[in-house]
Amino acid sequence: MNENGSQNTIILQVGNLKKYFPIRRGFFQKITGWVRAVENVSFQIDRAKTLGLVGESGCGKTTVARLILKLLAADGGQILFNGQDITQLDEKEMKPLRKEIQIIFQDPYGSLNPRMTVGQSIAEGLNIAGIHSRSQQEQRLEKLLKMVGMSPASSDRFPHEFSGGQRQRVGIARALSVEPALIICDEPVSALDVSIQAQIINLLKDLQHQLQLSYLFISHDLNVVGYLCDMVAVMYKGQIMEYAPTDALFDHPIHPYTHLLLSAIPDVDRNIDTEMHATADEPGRTLKSQDGCSFQDRCPLVENRCRHDLIEFEQAGPDHRVRCWKTARDGSDPFF
Amino acid sequence: MVDNKALLSVKELKVYFRSEHEVARAVDGVSFKVGREETVCLVGESGCGKTVTALSVMGLVPIPPGEIAGGRILFEDQNLLVFNDNEMQAIRGNQIAMVFQEPLTSLNPVFTIGDQIGEAIQVHQTAPQNEVIHRREQLLKDVGIADPAQRLKDYPHQLSGGQRQRVMIAMALACDPELIIADEPTTALDVTVQAQILRLLESIQKKRSMSVLYITHDLGVVSKVADRICVMYAGIIAEQGKKDAVLKTPKHPYTQALLASLPNREKRGQRLYSIPGTVPNPAYKPDGCPFHPRCRHAIQTCREQYPLMCEYEDGHRARCPVIFNGNKEKL
Repeated sequence: MNENGSQNTIILQVGNLKKYFPIRRGFFQKITGWVRAVENVSFQIDRAKTLGLVGESGCGKTTVARLILKLLAADGGQILFNGQDITQLDEKEMKPLRKEIQIIFQDPYGSLNPRMTVGQSIAEGLNIAGIHSRSQQEQRLEKLLKMVGMSPASSDRFPHEFSGGQRQRVGIARALSVEPALIICDEPVSALDVSIQAQIINLLKDLQHQLQLSYLFISHDLNVVGYLCDMVAVMYKGQIMEYAPTDALFDHPIHPYTHLLLSAIPDVDRNIDTEMHATADEPGRTLKSQDGCSFQDRCPLVENRCRHDLIEFEQAGPDHRVRCWKTARDGSDPFF
Repeated sequence: MVDNKALLSVKELKVYFRSEHEVARAVDGVSFKVGREETVCLVGESGCGKTVTALSVMGLVPIPPGEIAGGRILFEDQNLLVFNDNEMQAIRGNQIAMVFQEPLTSLNPVFTIGDQIGEAIQVHQTAPQNEVIHRREQLLKDVGIADPAQRLKDYPHQLSGGQRQRVMIAMALACDPELIIADEPTTALDVTVQAQILRLLESIQKKRSMSVLYITHDLGVVSKVADRICVMYAGIIAEQGKKDAVLKTPKHPYTQALLASLPNREKRGQRLYSIPGTVPNPAYKPDGCPFHPRCRHAIQTCREQYPLMCEYEDGHRARCPVIFNGNKEKL
């Protein structure tokens, strides 16, 4: 979905991805229904570009990450990495590909083994990458630590000796140790103070540039996403509601849920008085998924059709897709 | 503001924590006021002393290892720091109430919502049973909880994060306090729920003519709720003033740096400003201005002398004579 299709390589292409979890009740754990945690999710990430996956808690964005990493098996759809469908691969075939897709976690305190030194944590990756000789490892370790802005002396120290921001840098070094093509960043800066956040964001950008890395950037923070991402996919209850280049999403949001998210961001520079109000408090407490649009309970534009029809992902502009029959067609913005 | 007399006046507050080998100066000479019907935000990153300041107002700082090393906290002209336990108990919940960050850990999981709100009412006021029952339901209605009669019978785990926080706010309102201290009340919530809770606080404040002392690290939230802002760093107030003055024309290098480092869509393509160095250990603060090792405007006097507060107009003040004298604008 890019103008220079032939020049940019698509590193990851996800098509109609599905993951359902059974709801079990009763003494015999009988299946009474399904939670459609990920439903018909499609997107792509180009080489050296960043796709933001935005949504609130429970929308399925972390499940999507797990599916791409093959920590969970998909119930349907394809995941094409460099053109190859990895959903069809068995564990043996998948093994050499695992180094290509890495992940950085949200919690810098929980994601490092407290009983291993920083050097040992990163060296795990080097071993997997086939770098076994002691001197080679030390060399790579030094290079990696420098790349993430830490002194080589850090390698002999333990995680508890470092701050949250520093631990996050170690997590990044560890992800880089196997020379991946794609890094999934799962809320990597949410737990950090503002000034540290800026450092880590700058680091991620620099690394992307230096190493031609692609990122799937998962976040609920639209300010960070707006700054860092090239394309954005907005998720709600397992489905992608809107998918567009960043500027298009922020300047011409179409889906009612996107409007709700954008108007909810408290932003220092923006003074939006026209706020969109959802009609209900939060996503409902019912586990079972419902017919029609998953946003029906909160949407101020809801109509009967929204409760029954299968809502398709429609083209609303070049590179801009929306899952809303009402707003996708309408040229004028219903909110202004 | 309704009248000029401040409801809460903190003067040169110093709160230190002593251990065997060192003294951590968590709050190191903090002064600010909260007027009637006003929302004042204490903003700062982790470790700046904002939560200890709030806990000091409520008399909740553990002593020892904490100690009030100086200053006064005047609430309606009475110095809370000289109150004994009973006197503080009478103020707490009644006239000053607190809303904490994590509603799940602040609510008792083995008691119903109704029991806990009822307790909040009865600990601080004596009221007949039927009045308590009526007020509990009214409080849940006031905080926008649907089907309040049913919710009173629920346990905390049966409610969503947003609903739990609304219950916390209801408990804080139970005795009609004049001042609510809210410590990061929306940090653990989704952004759309956060927006609703902020709107709720705003409407309650107007209805009940309450003041709010809002503690947060989130400058975006501050821009929505604050009348006035106090920016804290390493236990001191670096800058304070009306919201627009501080956010649009910041006069302290730390405030300027913080604003410059915020990511947003408009800054795409530019490098984010990142403040070099790290926050000082409260037990080993540098001489002179605590921010000087990280400050791009620092000169020799900054390293030697603790800077005085410089006055700009309309109550806007910043603890940086370099900016004050040089008339330097934003980064």
